[in-house]
Amino acid sequence: MGKIVEIEGVNKIYGSNHVVRNLNLSVEEGEFLTLLGSSGCGKTTTLRMIAGFEEPTSGSIMVEGERVEDKEPFERNVNTVFQSYALFPHKTIYDNIAYGLKMKKVPKDEIKSRVLEMMDMVQLNGFEKRYPSQLSGGQKQRVAIARALINRPRVLLLDEPLGALDLKLRKQMQLELKRLQKKLNITFIYVTHDQEEALTMSDRIAVMHDGIIDQLASPAEIYEHPATKFVATFIGETNIYDGCITSITDGVATMTLENGAVTVNAPEDFSLLEYATISVRPEKMKFSTSPVEGFELVAQVKDYIYVGSVLKCVVSLPNGNELKIERLAGQELPPVGSKCYPYWNVDDAVLIHNESHYIFEALNNIKLA
Amino acid sequence: MAGKRSKHEFRANTLPALLTVGPVTLVMVLLIAVPLIYVAVMSFCSIDEFYNVTFDFTLENYVRLANTDYLKIYAQSLIIAFLTTIICILIGYPFSYIIARTKSRKKRILYMLVIIPFWTNSLIRIYGWRTFLGSSGLLNALLIKLKIVSEPIEFLYKQGTTILGMVYCLIPFMILPLYTAIEKLDGSLLEASSDLGAKPVNTFIEVILPLTSGGIFSGSLMVFIPCLGYFFVSDILGGGNSDVIGNLIERQFQSGNNWPLGAALSIILIIVTLILVKIYQKLGGDMDSLGV
Repeated sequence: MGKIVEIEGVNKIYGSNHVVRNLNLSVEEGEFLTLLGSSGCGKTTTLRMIAGFEEPTSGSIMVEGERVEDKEPFERNVNTVFQSYALFPHKTIYDNIAYGLKMKKVPKDEIKSRVLEMMDMVQLNGFEKRYPSQLSGGQKQRVAIARALINRPRVLLLDEPLGALDLKLRKQMQLELKRLQKKLNITFIYVTHDQEEALTMSDRIAVMHDGIIDQLASPAEIYEHPATKFVATFIGETNIYDGCITSITDGVATMTLENGAVTVNAPEDFSLLEYATISVRPEKMKFSTSPVEGFELVAQVKDYIYVGSVLKCVVSLPNGNELKIERLAGQELPPVGSKCYPYWNVDDAVLIHNESHYIFEALNNIKLA
Repeated sequence: MAGKRSKHEFRANTLPALLTVGPVTLVMVLLIAVPLIYVAVMSFCSIDEFYNVTFDFTLENYVRLANTDYLKIYAQSLIIAFLTTIICILIGYPFSYIIARTKSRKKRILYMLVIIPFWTNSLIRIYGWRTFLGSSGLLNALLIKLKIVSEPIEFLYKQGTTILGMVYCLIPFMILPLYTAIEKLDGSLLEASSDLGAKPVNTFIEVILPLTSGGIFSGSLMVFIPCLGYFFVSDILGGGNSDVIGNLIERQFQSGNNWPLGAALSIILIIVTLILVKIYQKLGGDMDSLGV
């Protein structure tokens, strides 16, 4: 297992718009890597630079150890599945899938056997003579995937490929894509804005924000140990507390918030008097009817929402901030309107450097670039 | 009961329809259908010794048109129209491609460059060419000044000059449908083609050309058909060997003073046009893009 795609110090600037900022990313061979972020974060631009549709303003892109940023898309051993599918409307499904092989001047017999094999793999047998306009969205998607995979690329780039499908089909295609990727052992670089999709499918996720990768880690790591406030809030639900670290003893910090002090584990790179943020997932939050040692938060129970397996509790702090707390259904609870004391196990909260800290670092990076 | 109902129906459907579509239909019938029928009837008439049209049914006009002299001019006219169309495609396609695919503001300027001459009377523009190309015209004066030639070159009165004029007059009709077809082309298809390993020339042959062929078809039709009739271009720029069918018709109505023969020629031209449109339709052409 080596690095198959290496992006070093890549910038992309359109006019006054800095879309991708000093991006560094290496993709392992055979992995499923997702670029996750909201629209305009630079994820699609990054993908298009790997495909060759956009040229980086600066920096280098290596595919299989070879620099490619000056190569045309047709000279690169990567293939793309487009968001809009981009199937050739005037060609049959067979000809669409065969296109890449035809361009490589593969003998006709071999094209035929490979196309039929590929159509079998994506369950499109019997559709050879149809035209794209005669297919449903899900079928078009399969054709787009087959058309890219038939070239046996080392890397497959997927630009929100499931974006146009309905939820049920999406879920089904997610599993199918994952199965194909495992079976063919091809590196997938997948772009999406759907965090659930990213968590389900990926080996690693790169969360992008304003042209920068905020965090690159496994789905579990991203969910449980978000590196920035953006990652914490973008992926899943969370409760955010901003405050100042007022004491650190043996790796446990006391942080003073607007509504009182709380206790949290502090890794070594946090220092006394630093402004930082705590993120606690709703399922890790607890509340008690009597005060808890180390926590000074006092809140009022606002509402209970029953959603089947769990009960969502909404409690509000004196400054009006609402906390989301999840409890297993069927437990005894204080009545709505009564006082409660929110807390968490020290290990369940994640301490995050303040955003300004991270912006400062990013600015430094830009200067270096 | 039934009478009441049909009265109601007349008020609700027939009357509004008559009031709205009626006048338009009337104008169309008077200005297009009646003259056409008149021409068709005249083409079967004969003339007396004073060149007056007499309503005396005859097929003689059509028989005369089968004469080899006429057939030669039909062939010549078809050749001129064919060459004009080919040249219009060769010039118009790259030009349309550039204006349709540039993203910059130049696009509008280039587009206007095509449209503005389109709005100007083509007769005036053809006379412009005549003064430009004539033996004492601007081009010859320039060539002599630059000592490239010593004697003025005779550019006018050649078939090539007629074709030049035809191309000049008709190229907007080629560019506009091509522009529409090329602009509609989805850019991601070109990216997909390149992504799948196609070199630009293959992308052109496999994707761009087939997807814009509708524009080439309708552009060709809109150049080819008028080209058969634009008699003033060959009158002003061409010599004896560049007559088109339009010249024959014009001559019969003017100097020849044989209206029935001219009418028969017109009918032949209409039939040729209809055949071409039918072929276009058969090839899967889109009638809307012809503006009919």
